Amino acid sequence: MAKVTLKGLSHSYLKTQSSDADWAIRGVDIDWNDGGAYALLGPSGCGKTTLLNIISGLITPTKGDILFDDKVISGLNPVERNIAQIFQFPVIYDTMTVYDNLAFPLRNRKIPEEEIKVKVHEIAEMLELSSTLNNRASGLTADGKQKISLGRGLVRSDVNAIMFDEPLTVIDPHLKWILRSKLKELHQKINRTMIYVTHDQTEALTFADQVVVMHEGQIVQTGTPVDLFEKPKHTFVGYFIGSPGMNVLPCQIKGNEVIVNGKKIETHQQIKKSNFHKTEVGVRPEFISFSNEGIPVKVLSVSNTGRHKIVDTESETGKIKIIAKSNEDIPSGSAFLKFKKEYTYTYGDSWIIE
Amino acid sequence: MNKTVNQKAWFFVIPVFVLVAFNAIIPLMTVVNYAFQETFGNNVFMWEGTRWFKQIMLSERFHASLGRQFLFTFIILFIQIPLGIAIALTMPKEGVGVPVCLVLMSMPLLIPWNVVGAMWNIFALPDIGFLGHSLNALGFDYNFTQQIGDAWFTTILMDVWHWTSLVVLLSYAGLRSIQPAYYQAAEIDGASRWAIFTKIELPKMKKVLTIAILLRFMDSFMIYTEPFVLTGGGPGNATAFLSIDLVKMALGQFDLGPAAAMSLIYFFIVLLVCWVFYTLMMRNEEKS
Repeated sequence: MAKVTLKGLSHSYLKTQSSDADWAIRGVDIDWNDGGAYALLGPSGCGKTTLLNIISGLITPTKGDILFDDKVISGLNPVERNIAQIFQFPVIYDTMTVYDNLAFPLRNRKIPEEEIKVKVHEIAEMLELSSTLNNRASGLTADGKQKISLGRGLVRSDVNAIMFDEPLTVIDPHLKWILRSKLKELHQKINRTMIYVTHDQTEALTFADQVVVMHEGQIVQTGTPVDLFEKPKHTFVGYFIGSPGMNVLPCQIKGNEVIVNGKKIETHQQIKKSNFHKTEVGVRPEFISFSNEGIPVKVLSVSNTGRHKIVDTESETGKIKIIAKSNEDIPSGSAFLKFKKEYTYTYGDSWIIE
Repeated sequence: MNKTVNQKAWFFVIPVFVLVAFNAIIPLMTVVNYAFQETFGNNVFMWEGTRWFKQIMLSERFHASLGRQFLFTFIILFIQIPLGIAIALTMPKEGVGVPVCLVLMSMPLLIPWNVVGAMWNIFALPDIGFLGHSLNALGFDYNFTQQIGDAWFTTILMDVWHWTSLVVLLSYAGLRSIQPAYYQAAEIDGASRWAIFTKIELPKMKKVLTIAILLRFMDSFMIYTEPFVLTGGGPGNATAFLSIDLVKMALGQFDLGPAAAMSLIYFFIVLLVCWVFYTLMMRNEEKS
């Protein structure tokens, strides 16, 4: 049980680094409170697993410090850090029974056998593994095995943090739901810091109180699921979260006016500076509506998902998607779009202008 | 669901049947032929029934060579399997060391059997061979052509040199196929090096080790060329393993009947041991 702090963390798998691309992660700063549920979200190769392995001590970072409860632990090995980690595919000890698997981390720490027995039964009860305790672990299904991996993390009552590295990858879709709610329930019950790595936005947004979105080795935004949805700080967060993702259109900034396709639009922010290479406007499909005036577009197609309609339109500078109510009439041919001012942001070089 | 019955499908089996017949069944049948009959040449055969089998089973010479054979196979398995695993564990896992080690390891496997025998014969000669001469210079009374212990020592050393690499390569392949997450999980669980070996590495290597043991058992049980070139089965009969004894009987003494019976018994022993071993290993596999 600990507060996890990362300070100026950078890591490269290469011996010498010449450009930003040589770094797997760069300049990561994080403050995670004790007992929180956090998710690291990002596409494959964005550095989230590297970051997780740095926290657990499997990788030594090139630069920066890791602190547990404000104590620097960068030099310690995984055992000394006292963390638990659950991997992408279930790691079990094939030749041992379920009981021995769960007891293994405790036996390695020379805990008396009676104490182990109590602890293992308690955890098996929690994970609904009690009936299989005497079976060979290798005979279980993938979700059963993943529960064992999880159980080996939970038996130690003093772990500082539990880390999950895409733990539901190999689990059947219908069991994913069950295991995910089980995790959430466990988190509330045992109240330990949990860090969950995933590329699946649904998993991250349902599991975590705070989601950290990573892109090309950097943290692009940290926030609650609602923050990430309503106010993406980077165009990447806009695309990556939401379905369909945010519309991003090139714009010109003149003084404090924002111009898209020759039309002045209103955005959330007051523009103070405008010395960027590239300026864009971002607005989610949920916050666009048809209007009598505004951005002129051509309606291309409409697809009805049942709950709502997704309308594809084309403007002078790019495609714009709109989410409309399922009973709404969609104009055909030419139309005008209006962006909701509070949810329309301008981005300078991909980062939000504030 | 009913399967379609089509007897014409048998025609598709014919090519395989013919192939197997020519490379296995027909030659084996000639051996079976000799095993139950007596011949004086000119294609004249007399029925002998099980006489040759009884003779072989009761012969002390056969018992002795079978005993030597089991002892030899047991010793080399006992040395090569643990040694092979140990070497595989210490081999580098990445970098330029990997291809270097793999090539060095494969070298002995590429040398023909009779060359290995000849090499070791010269290497171990007590007067001019590097090994033999050095051992004598160090004060050991070493002469593999005259002393039984020295002959066994040299034969075993030669086989270990020739074949341990096979175990190393198989074990190395087994070790490399273990996902890094297993080691990471073990590290987090606080497992000792010994626990990692017994709880992760050995169980994961079980299949390749089964193959390694089977291959090494069969090869060493049928060993012929290397000891034939090295010691010729001597001194006396001290290193006359089954196949050496068999060839002596068949081609040296021209006792074709007993030799054929011995071949069949020999064949069934190999088959039986392999079958029992494999079944035991795989039965455990199914249980899990």
